[in-house]
Amino acid sequence: MKLNSLNIKEAVLSLKNKKFTSTELVKACLEEIKNKDKNLNSFITVDEKGALGQAKHADIKIKEGINLPLLGIPIAVKDIFLTKGLKTTAGSRVLEDYIPQYDATVIRKLYEAGAVIVGKTNCDAWAHGSSGENSDFGPTKNPFNNEYVPGGSSSGSAVSVASDMVLAATGTDTGGSIRLPASFCNVVGLKPTYGRVSRYGIISMSSSQDSIGHFTKTVEDSAILLSVTAGNDKYDATTPPVKVPDYEKSLKNLRKIKIGIPKEYFAKGLDPKIKEKVEQSVKFFEKEKFEIIEISLPHTEYAIACYYVIQPSEVSSNLGRYDGIRYGNDRSSFEDEAIRRIMLGTFTLSSGYYDAYYKKAMKVRTLIKKDFDDAFKKADVLIAPVSPTTPWKLGEKTDDPLAMYLSDALTVPANIAGIPGLSVPIGFIDKLPVGMQILGLHFSEELLFQMGHFYENGNRT
Amino acid sequence: MKTVIGLEVHIELKTKSKMFCECTTDYFGKKPNTYTCPVCLGLPGALPIPNQKAINWCVMLGLALGCKIPLFSKFDRKNYFYPDLPKGYQVSQYDQPFCIDGEIELSNGKKIGIRRVHMEEDTGKLIHEEGSTLIDFNRSGVPLVEIVTEPDFDNAKDVREYLQKLQQIARYLEISDADMDKGQMRLEPNISIKGSKKLYKVEVKNINSFSFVEKAINYELKRQQEIIDNGETPIQETRGWDEKKQKTVSQRVKEEASDYRYFPEPDIPPIRWTQPQISKIKDQIKELPDEKFKRFIRQYQLNSYDSEILTREKNLADYYEDAVKVGKTHEVSAKQIANYIINRKPDIEEVLPAQLIQKIIQSSTVTKIDEGELDKTINEVIKNNEKAVSDYKNGKEQAIMFLVGQVLRKIPNLDANLVKEKISKSL
Repeated sequence: MKLNSLNIKEAVLSLKNKKFTSTELVKACLEEIKNKDKNLNSFITVDEKGALGQAKHADIKIKEGINLPLLGIPIAVKDIFLTKGLKTTAGSRVLEDYIPQYDATVIRKLYEAGAVIVGKTNCDAWAHGSSGENSDFGPTKNPFNNEYVPGGSSSGSAVSVASDMVLAATGTDTGGSIRLPASFCNVVGLKPTYGRVSRYGIISMSSSQDSIGHFTKTVEDSAILLSVTAGNDKYDATTPPVKVPDYEKSLKNLRKIKIGIPKEYFAKGLDPKIKEKVEQSVKFFEKEKFEIIEISLPHTEYAIACYYVIQPSEVSSNLGRYDGIRYGNDRSSFEDEAIRRIMLGTFTLSSGYYDAYYKKAMKVRTLIKKDFDDAFKKADVLIAPVSPTTPWKLGEKTDDPLAMYLSDALTVPANIAGIPGLSVPIGFIDKLPVGMQILGLHFSEELLFQMGHFYENGNRT
Repeated sequence: MKTVIGLEVHIELKTKSKMFCECTTDYFGKKPNTYTCPVCLGLPGALPIPNQKAINWCVMLGLALGCKIPLFSKFDRKNYFYPDLPKGYQVSQYDQPFCIDGEIELSNGKKIGIRRVHMEEDTGKLIHEEGSTLIDFNRSGVPLVEIVTEPDFDNAKDVREYLQKLQQIARYLEISDADMDKGQMRLEPNISIKGSKKLYKVEVKNINSFSFVEKAINYELKRQQEIIDNGETPIQETRGWDEKKQKTVSQRVKEEASDYRYFPEPDIPPIRWTQPQISKIKDQIKELPDEKFKRFIRQYQLNSYDSEILTREKNLADYYEDAVKVGKTHEVSAKQIANYIINRKPDIEEVLPAQLIQKIIQSSTVTKIDEGELDKTINEVIKNNEKAVSDYKNGKEQAIMFLVGQVLRKIPNLDANLVKEKISKSL
């Protein structure tokens, strides 16, 4: 068994029991990257020297008997998280040489937990995209079939975990950018509640919707990681002081709860094979004596329209600082998708249009939030497909932005409402992975992990 | 024809740290770009954390200006591009500011409406040097309060008084030194004359003293009137005051209102006040200049001239009241103290109130001396010191000082010069 194919839980235990060292584990990952990544293109930067240095430190700490939740564990970081001294590009040529002066809060927390950061992963430029193809550093490929997209925007992070190049990777989910690639790459992806994890030091896309999460091989690992990254941050005013539970400890505390099936997520447009797969997963819970009820989220059909007003509005403001005056290249380095969103957002915020677009979208947002509030009065969690389709071929939708936007139709509502979602693999269709998402109330990650973990345990392949 | 003037004033708050980060605000005269961090440099990923003290002070100023404090408020992004604005937007407040609908009453009884008082962040500073432009971000993110009046002014003198009052209030509240030389208080009058064919507004910038604002407004009114008299309409524009040339010069022509694409700042949750929170801030407001002015007249039997001077600055007013307390035990009246302070302008940093009272006692003894007694004593001294008198008469100037000394020995606390004068007259 190769060390790099272990999960976090297993590796932490083995490192503690001195079965191998962090250096050996990190070397195994670096080796795998060398073997696979020329083809898959999931990394923009591999920090071999830094990673080995961190691993050495971890080994010393392990020897000293120090206990840390991620001590010596090699992980990758989406290249939109600022890493002090390590190039951070956001997948854009604008920042192709940008070396940050500070670490994102999540990066600091990962270091403090003993993690080894192996490198920075590829993504759609500025996290704009659903396929990974908008990266200015070339598309990432789906490890299950290299002709297919891995999903985006956190494409490289999903692929690096799916192909055992690291044990876990961070991502950001503004409209589905973690859950979609997780489902396309057969890994577990968590989009936490908005504000659960600090956004400080992560390049902003849509500030009111950016959620900071991660990819792991198991639900348990996802819980371990969230216990590290979650919590109030004095540098992010949108992180409320809600207590961070020990997500790992409570994994097995699942009660027989009520599961809601939102009928709008199974409507036309959904690939019938995906429908069938998700329904099978729901059946699993039914057999285990969970109560299943149908739920309606009536404003689901307006989610994409609402999202494509709010998100570009915020994007147009957030990208204003990249003017090439103090760092980075000038605006001529922006590619089509960023330009499209800057123009859309500038338009929707313009006086005379603000009321018709932005203000109206905010009203729709309130309605979508209310849909979920009502739903969670009836059900404890919701189960739904992540994507209406299985992965598509590279290049298939690049000329049709609208078709690309619609691939987020089932993920975007959770971002609009700020609720958490856990994407869990549920099998394959034509040898390509499929996932389901479990959605819950704000700050109900504990319950989502319990559900995901229960499913995972009952459906081991 | 009607003169219409409105005013926008920016006041920097003297909180310890900046509006949205932990950097210090005490930037004046410091090495450029040393008081900065990812937040005030607008680096990627940096987020604003609102300074609660600055917000409270903004509300406090609003309350002092008689404003209403809506229970819901929020920050907005004002998007525009300028090199001194590192994020490409300024965090400000748009349609729901912290304070609305206040007023300031001028000495002539006229009330100037305060439309709004809102909170925002200062920008960096551009320094134009030897053909290049440098940016100093030390000022970036310093808390800035903007006070916007209704267009209620019709002359420059009232504007000046309003500004003095506003400055005085900010200083009384101890939320800003409002020092114009240091850019802690900045003024932008909007000036127009109603009655021309088209509506227009001229904004004047670069005004850094109260006397300049008066001059700039008067210059503008004359300039605009001439244009209107020629049957034309002044251009809507931003002008700057040129103190050397003593005139305003065109800086930027505004065809229409700028589109700042305001939208709610997503990085800062909205602010929801409770009535007790606002009451608590209100309770922190001590006596304001107008109240103190009235009380001094009432309590110390001062005239309004004296009271105005003594309450102009809080330090001086406090000093005066301390001195009055000491004065009471020495039978020195409040009016005497007021006179002494106003006429002699003692250095209140140096002279303690108790010392001041001693000085007043000394000087007042001189004036209180019975003239008859003094003359009698001088005559006695002259009679008893024939040698000194003859010396003096023979040209020995110094001899008179001996005589002065003899007089002072008998009546201390006299002004030596006064005695000298009297003796020389008698001889």
